[in-house]
This record gives sequence, C-alpha cells and structure tokens, in this order.
Amino acid sequence: MSAKFISIEGITRRFQAPDGSQTTVFEDIWFAIARGEFVCMIGHSGCGKTTVLNILSGLDLPDDGAAIVDGKAIEGPSLDRAVIFQSHALLPWRTVLGNVAYAISSRWPKWSRSQVEEQARRFIDKVGLKGAEGKKPAQLSGGMKQRVGIARALSIEPKILLMDEPFSALDALTRGTLQDEVRRICLETGQTVFMITHDVDEAIYLADKIVLMTNGPEAMVAEIVENPLPKERDRNQIHRHPAFYAIRNHLIDFLVSRSKTFKSEIPADYDRRKPPVILPQNQPQPLPPSHEAGRKVA
Amino acid sequence: MRQTSLRLRAGIVSLGILLIFGLAWHLAVSGSGPTQQMDPEYAKLMGQTAVQGKSAMPGPLDVLVKIWSHLKEPFYDRGPNDKGIGIQLAYSIGRVLLGYGLAMLVALPLGFLIGMSPLMARALDPFIQIMKPVSPLAWMPLALYTIKDSSISSIFVIFICSLWPMLINTAFGVSSVRKEWLNVARTLEVGPFRRAFTVILPAAAPTIVTGMRISIGIAWLVIVAAEMLVGGTGIGYFVWNEWNNLSITNVITSILVIGLVGMILDQALARVARAVSFPE
Ligand SMILES: Nc1ncnc2c1ncn2[C@@H]1O[C@H](COP(=O)(O)OP(=O)(O)OP(=O)(O)O)[C@@H](O)[C@H]1O
Ligand SMILES: [Mg+2]
Repeated sequence: MSAKFISIEGITRRFQAPDGSQTTVFEDIWFAIARGEFVCMIGHSGCGKTTVLNILSGLDLPDDGAAIVDGKAIEGPSLDRAVIFQSHALLPWRTVLGNVAYAISSRWPKWSRSQVEEQARRFIDKVGLKGAEGKKPAQLSGGMKQRVGIARALSIEPKILLMDEPFSALDALTRGTLQDEVRRICLETGQTVFMITHDVDEAIYLADKIVLMTNGPEAMVAEIVENPLPKERDRNQIHRHPAFYAIRNHLIDFLVSRSKTFKSEIPADYDRRKPPVILPQNQPQPLPPSHEAGRKVA
Repeated sequence: MRQTSLRLRAGIVSLGILLIFGLAWHLAVSGSGPTQQMDPEYAKLMGQTAVQGKSAMPGPLDVLVKIWSHLKEPFYDRGPNDKGIGIQLAYSIGRVLLGYGLAMLVALPLGFLIGMSPLMARALDPFIQIMKPVSPLAWMPLALYTIKDSSISSIFVIFICSLWPMLINTAFGVSSVRKEWLNVARTLEVGPFRRAFTVILPAAAPTIVTGMRISIGIAWLVIVAAEMLVGGTGIGYFVWNEWNNLSITNVITSILVIGLVGMILDQALARVARAVSFPE
C-alpha cells in the first residue's frame, strides 16, 4: 500500500482581481493521502478548501506545484476521481435514474442500456432511494438530492471520492443517516476519500486524518491531526472513547483561535513540506489549551 | 374545484363580452341614419347605404355568413384573383414555416457558437446589434432585386425576421448554462458533442424555445405585410385584394382567421416550451 496515493506537492493558487491585483489563496501546500484513507479538511470559510478540492478533481489547476495521483500529475478531470458537489449539481431535466445512469454511461460507454440501468438501480438502492428512481430532482428533498449525488459519484466506482461539504445543507437527523451510509459504503469498498467539512463532529466520526488549514488569504496547512478513535466506531458511542474530547477540543481550539494566530507564531521546526502530525491523547477535563496536549508523532 | 369554477366564470364573462360586442356592432351598423329622397335609378346605383341609411360596414351576421361560405369551400381556385381563403392561408403558412425553418437551421448552430465562444460573441455582436432593429420589410427591395422571385423574397424576409430572436436567445441560453452542470460533465469526461446535446441543449432549451416562440409571432405578423407588398398569393394579398374589392366582410373574416392561425402557432410553441421546461 502506497503511503502517498494522493500527493499534494507545493500547490499555490492565486486569483486575479478585476483591478489587476493578485490574491494568493494558499501557497506551497503539502500533504498526502494513502490508499483507502478517509481524510477531512477543516478550515474557516474562504481559506481555499474548495479550491484545493477543485485542483484535486482537475476542475482547476494550481499556479505552482502539482497534485499527484498514483504517480501522475493531475492535468484535468478524470472519471477516476468522482466529485460530490456541495450544491448536489443534479441535472434537473433528468430523473434520479437518469442522473445516475448518465454518469455510468460516461464511465462505460460500451455498456448496454440494461447494464447501465442495473448498475444505476444497484447504487440507488445502496443510498436508500429505492422507489424514487423516476422522480425529478425538483421533487426530492435536500437529503434525497444529496443521496442521488452520492449514488452518482459511487456508481462509477471511482478510485477517489472528493466531497465538498456534502452534508452541510442538511438537517441534523438526515446528516447523521447519510454520514452513516457514506461511512459504511466507503469502508466496504476501501474507498479513498477527501472531504471538506465545517463540522468538527463529522470529521471525528468519519476521518482517519484531518488536515487543518489556517485562515486565508495565503492559507497554509497548520497540521495534520490523526484520529485516535479506532476505525470501527459507533456514532452513539464515540463520545465515550477516552480520546474523543482530546481530539474534539483540539479541533475546536484550532478553529476558534489558532487558525488565526498560527501564521504569526509558526513553530521553529515547522516544515511546509511535512506539516506536523498530531495525535491527540486522552486527558482529564476541562482541557488546557490542547495544542500542547497533542503528542507529535512525526 | 376552485380552479374549475374560476375557469367557468371566466368563460361566462368572455361569452358575455362577445355578446355585448356583437350586439353593439350589430346596432351600430344597422340602418338608422336619415333616408334621403333621390331618384330611384340613382338610389339603385348607390345601394342600401344611401337609401336606407345602412352603414357600408357589414354587421356580425354578414361576417358569420361569410365565414360559413368560406368554411364550406375553403380551397376553391378560380384564377389568380379568386382563390379560397384556405389556399391563401396555406401559402402564407408554407412561407412562414419555410423561412422559419431556415432561420432555425442558421440560428441554432450559430447561437451555440456565439454562446460558447466569448470571442465569437464579441466579434459578431456589432453585426447583430445593427441588423436586429431593421424592419424585415426593409430587406424586401434588396431581396426582390437579388432573388427576382416575389414568393422566395417573402420567405427570405420571414427568414430574416425569425433569425434574431432565435439567435440571441440561443446564444444567451447557451452562455448561461449553470457552471455546476458543466462541471458535472467535465468530471465525467463527457466529450464536446455529447456535452452539447446532453447538458447544454437541455439546459438552454427553455430559453431557446422562448426565442422560437417570439420568432414565430413576429414571422406571422410580417408575412401579412410582406404579402400585401409583393402580391400574388397568401393571406396578406387576400386582405389587400378584398380591400380593393371593397369586401369589408372578407377583410374582417381574414382578420379573424389571421388571429386564429397566429394563436395556433403560438400555442404549438407554448406546448414545446412546456415539454422542454424543467423545474429546478
Ligand atoms: N474564480 C475565482 N476568482 C477569484 N477569486 C476566487 C475564485 N474562486 C475562489 N476565489 C477566492 O479564493 C478564496 C478561497 O475560496 P474557496 O471557495 O476555496 O474557499 P472555501 O475555503 O471553500 O470557503 P467555504 O468554506 O466558504 O466554502 C476566497 O477568498 C475566494 O474569494
Ligand atoms: Mg467551499
């Protein structure tokens, strides 16, 4: 198993404002994702998370550096990397079945209509939408639309799943159910996943590793947090795990204060190419500033 | 329930308006003016208008009788100046559909090109801006001079007037396809042709059909004027010819028929618009 299935190597993205001035969204970012790993990225709005994901999907290109998948630099979109869009991006003139089938027939153009339909139905079942195949997106609730987006992305059996805040527009109950489903499917298939989220609990429940981005502009990867929870986790039990509050407080602490201040107090041994990897450990409550509570493992 | 009763009530009101209008029309044109004393021979020449004070304007009943006679025999042909109203309509509809179809063949691909290429959009914009406001009839002399056939010239005029709304709407529809739908196609590695037909066309279809609906309306307005101008055949020529014959009944009948056909054309495209529309 390659430890660097996906490797982000020094990517920089700048945008030109209409008045000619340039803003650097982020600069010289490095991190890697192993095969089968579930990685979440957390950071404040506008720090460039979507931009990173767009570069990974091939919809956008970095101004500098490269995103490398399986040893090859990403040059454009690929069917190997499926995207679940924040706005679900379903084609409104197609039915649920039509939307999923469109992706499948793009992936396997030689498949017969019945083969495509069978695969589509299988994945529609998988996300619990049996019976809604003939509905148009406008007839679906937000959660159902997001499910179609998930079915569409998974149905092409991609090597990598990219998700941009897929659940942020949903109510808590639907979000929980969908998180469970995505987690189950990804575990079953050993899917490599990169997901953006604002929700700390979502990251803890789903991720193996969490990439922390500082505030933009000129955002950077502050550190990479390893999830101390075992891979087998139960949503209703994880808060009992001794390390749960350690990682939770560490993440919240980062979002509340350190995402702002990190750049002005960069640790002396900080290396952009190897952002520190932190494994938050059990600790008594209430917590001290959890930054020190983390143990460096790399 | 509520809706049907509204529809019913609206229908009753419509019928009421029609009856009041018909009655007013009937009263307005039936004899009431002072009857003049005149030589019976002269009175014979002058007809009822003069002797009974009857208006030259036909009443609604005259028009109904006329319509009935046209309905009984819409397609008769007794020489160049006496053809059934059905034949004349068929000529006009044929010209409109031909010119409109040609305009579609040009406007849809060209609109796609303009909508997809910002360069072409800018390059063609000045031509479109200048040509669009020109009355299509202004093209008639040029068409007659170069084509030398009055019928084809009117088809050309229909072509020109149908072109602009379709072209502009197609370009607009294509250029404003939602980025996220295009991104879906990109992440699925959909090729340019498949993308054009499976994403851009359905996404832009409602806008395109709106342009087509505007075009057919304009084309139907213009064909009457064009045929009045060049003569020969067609409902426009028919109206003018009947005016020259002083047959106001026929003129009124034509007005009603022109309105009816225009409504049918518009409704046909409204149906297409409903078929391609999608709720978001
Ligand atoms: N096409 C663009 N042109 C100019 N600036 C852009 C463009 N796309 C993004 N930006 C800028 O880049 C920055 C990062 O944007 P991005 O969408 O990646 O943020 P984000 O971290 O995903 O935020 P959010 O959490 O709100 O989705 C923002 O300041 C934004 O204004
Ligand atoms: Mg974003």
